[in-house]
Amino acid sequence: MNVQSPPEKLKPADYASDQEVRWCPGCGDYAIVKGVQRTMAEMQADPAKTVFISGIGCAARFPYYMATYGFHTIHGRAPAIATGVKLTNPELDVWVIGGDGDMLSIGGNHTMHVVRRNIDLQVLLFNNEIYGLTKGQASPTSKVGTRSPSTPMGSVDAPVSACNFVLGCNGRFVARVVDTDQKLMPDVLIRAKAHKGTSFVEILQNCIVYNDGVYSGFTEKNNSADGQVKCEHGKPLIFGKDGNKGLRMKPGKMEIEVVTIGEDGVTEGDILVHDETNRPLAQLLSAMQPPHFPVAMGVIFCDPAATSYEEAVYEQIAKAAEASPPGELNALLRRGRTWTVDA
Amino acid sequence: MATKLKPTGDTGRKEIDSVVIRFAGDSGDGMQLTGTQFTQSTALMGNDLATFPDFPAEIRAPAGTTYGVSAFQINFASFDIMTPGDQPDVLVAMNPAALKVHLRDLTLGGTVIVNTGAFSDRNLQKAGYAANPLEDGTLEPYRALLIDISKLTLAAVEGTGVNQKEALRAKNLWTLGLLCWMYDRDRQPTIEWLKTRFAKQPDIADANIAALNAGHAYGETAELPSEISTYIVPKADVAPGTYRAVTGTESAAWGLLVGAKKAGLKLFFGSYPITPASPLLHILSNLRQYGVVTFQAEDEISAVCSALGASYAGAIGITSSSGPGIALKTEAIGLAFIAELPLVIVNSQRGGPSTGLPTKTEQSDLYQAVFGRNADSPLPVVASCTPGDCFDTAIEAVRLAVKYMTPVMFLTDGYLANAAEPWLIPNVDDYAEFPVEFATKVEGFHPYLRDEKTLARSWAVPGTPGLEHRIGGIEKSYDTGNISYEPDNHHKMTKVRAQKVLNIADDIPLQTVSEGKETGKLAVVGWGSTFGAIEQAVRRCRTAGLEVSHIHIRHIWPLPRNLGDLLAGFDKVLVPEMNNGQLVTLLRAQYLVPAEGLNQISGLPFKVSDLEREIRARLED
Repeated sequence: MNVQSPPEKLKPADYASDQEVRWCPGCGDYAIVKGVQRTMAEMQADPAKTVFISGIGCAARFPYYMATYGFHTIHGRAPAIATGVKLTNPELDVWVIGGDGDMLSIGGNHTMHVVRRNIDLQVLLFNNEIYGLTKGQASPTSKVGTRSPSTPMGSVDAPVSACNFVLGCNGRFVARVVDTDQKLMPDVLIRAKAHKGTSFVEILQNCIVYNDGVYSGFTEKNNSADGQVKCEHGKPLIFGKDGNKGLRMKPGKMEIEVVTIGEDGVTEGDILVHDETNRPLAQLLSAMQPPHFPVAMGVIFCDPAATSYEEAVYEQIAKAAEASPPGELNALLRRGRTWTVDA
Repeated sequence: MATKLKPTGDTGRKEIDSVVIRFAGDSGDGMQLTGTQFTQSTALMGNDLATFPDFPAEIRAPAGTTYGVSAFQINFASFDIMTPGDQPDVLVAMNPAALKVHLRDLTLGGTVIVNTGAFSDRNLQKAGYAANPLEDGTLEPYRALLIDISKLTLAAVEGTGVNQKEALRAKNLWTLGLLCWMYDRDRQPTIEWLKTRFAKQPDIADANIAALNAGHAYGETAELPSEISTYIVPKADVAPGTYRAVTGTESAAWGLLVGAKKAGLKLFFGSYPITPASPLLHILSNLRQYGVVTFQAEDEISAVCSALGASYAGAIGITSSSGPGIALKTEAIGLAFIAELPLVIVNSQRGGPSTGLPTKTEQSDLYQAVFGRNADSPLPVVASCTPGDCFDTAIEAVRLAVKYMTPVMFLTDGYLANAAEPWLIPNVDDYAEFPVEFATKVEGFHPYLRDEKTLARSWAVPGTPGLEHRIGGIEKSYDTGNISYEPDNHHKMTKVRAQKVLNIADDIPLQTVSEGKETGKLAVVGWGSTFGAIEQAVRRCRTAGLEVSHIHIRHIWPLPRNLGDLLAGFDKVLVPEMNNGQLVTLLRAQYLVPAEGLNQISGLPFKVSDLEREIRARLED
């Protein structure tokens, strides 16, 4: 156990546990754990009040590598367990970690409900579009035609888009980042932490063994500028290595198109300005797929509610206590009709 | 049940020592309400009582059909009674279907009160009567009181301003009024209840009160057949103190709250609606002023997982369901077991398997409670025996969970959950405290440090500086609490976890004999809600001079230390259960005793007379 001396500033390494990391060499999870530790240091998070809850899968080993409180639970159920933790002690900062199988397949139901309840948690979904720990089967985010041990002729089921699903569940904070993007990741995670309510972050993570290169079409040095668009509230959705590509609404249609500034009379003023409080826009941005569209990164949607779930619960508890002060338990047992038998 | 009749001069009322009344009608006729109100009045009169609500799974089954019949039975007496009674002495049948279903249970010579207003050709046909039973001699073996309750109710509520439909719905109150007259019950508690219940609809309150009073007045003024009498059931001779009527669900809810307070922990209750367990969620949801956090989860799995998360964060996490829901929770219970976190799982057992008989009672989840998980994962299992006993059992479940850092199964059933009995209200201060001490000492800490005596691991909750640690479902090293795949370590940890649970046997009372001697020809061994019926049957047999004893087991796992020796002292062991033989298997496996099962799987509680007959048969061999 590491003993903290509060006045000293904690460094990223102070958030790493003494346990040997056991992901495959080159796994995207290494970058994520590094990014999270860096974020923790940047926020000077109190390790005693920070809890990582995970389900089952490669991603779910995450809590073992953090020098905070951690609970490695069962497949798909991390959001439900985290709900109990946060409802019991709202002072804790609770992070939920899972993969695409964990959170969208076996635990899809809990993901839906944790999001719609809007309990104050950060949910990080490591999406590698494959089952890793069980050795390479197609996952609910695998593209149609994915060849795997369970789909030797290619998968025939359509994938789910994590961000679109969460937006559909009335999610109020939706962001996306690539595992290796160490610049954007802390920014996104700090925003996720600051958001009161359920913050959902999809981290596109490369599985080097079973699905290597699944995102390489838009995450490599030579193609990321053209393949990604960074969403920043109030700023035009401009991207591309020459900074001259942009997104705009097709005139007269509820449809986004990619345009080049300076071509066909397009000016910067035509480019869509990102409004992170606009849910229909967030749905359109989340759904953009390569190669015809850049993949949306950063905070795609953020529209906090007045209160989070656990706040509302404790408000009711306080209100109930005010309306009828609890008093002695003996009085509770004697409430209503009673009668006395004399000796 | 035999009733002694003797006239009591002044009032013209006959004094009897006990009576069993069954109210039966269509699901929409308000029979449960009528029964509950009659129970309240009876409890306030100082009688001992037991009730048995019996209702269909459908909320509103098609009107007039036999499968839509809802019934409520109450047994009340001037002496200590333990069951809702085998056979009703009085049957109230609000429609032909109710008569069709329940007449066969009425004692010969018993009273049947029939609402003739519901005996239309169409209703007779729906109930499957070819001929009108009111006219073809069907009722000859009984004392029949035929009244057009529908018509009299409509007349009674005239002028209260309610429409025809609402007016007719008051006929259950009219019936209640008549029964209050017959058995000298006070109507005032019901009147007060109606005023509160319909505070915002005073016309409905007025109509119901008018119907109640009219039913009573009818009894007073109508010239009833001479064989219909009015009765007095004197107060029961019971222990002095303050009483209330309580259902097992209410007492369980209060027991869980008291248990949490005794442990000094917040109560977190995660649950998903399921019959017959849902009322526990409802009651606890109304105790928010005590800081109770209730969470209606999206499914059974989330319900147990949220409760486990709550325990991890330092509350006492509690989840509740019935058999099928418990099955869904199983994997998470296994996690609680290996993570060694406290958790209380309340199972209000119902008829099964699968959806089975959702509204009927059964005790067929003993195997599930004791054995029903993957791998070696024994849990403490406790079972309550009466509605009031759910209070004590709930406290015991919380105590074991926090002291031994383990999930605990708390078994109740549909009968206990819904049935009411008078309850001598305990003084909460008489129950010992068992305050939890969380780990705070940093030096030498690891999460699997064990208490030498109990073997319980240390409980450090998130938020404690310096004790940051990781736990989970993967096997942990005995020495460090870190992940370990070492073969010897897994063997050792499996043994330690099992031993920890077995050690509880040193922390629970030795098994006693609840009725009869500690050795003899026959021991009748039971558990759960069959307590009352077995106890009464054994008492009757003993009064008749038979050498039989009753042993009631509350701690199903681990079993009391002396149980094996106790059973060895009897020539025969009979184990009545509302299942196909589960405790009997456990006893045979544990003690190699030739225990014999007596099984009733009808969704209904045992009848005392049936048990008595079976006991006699064993002793006559």
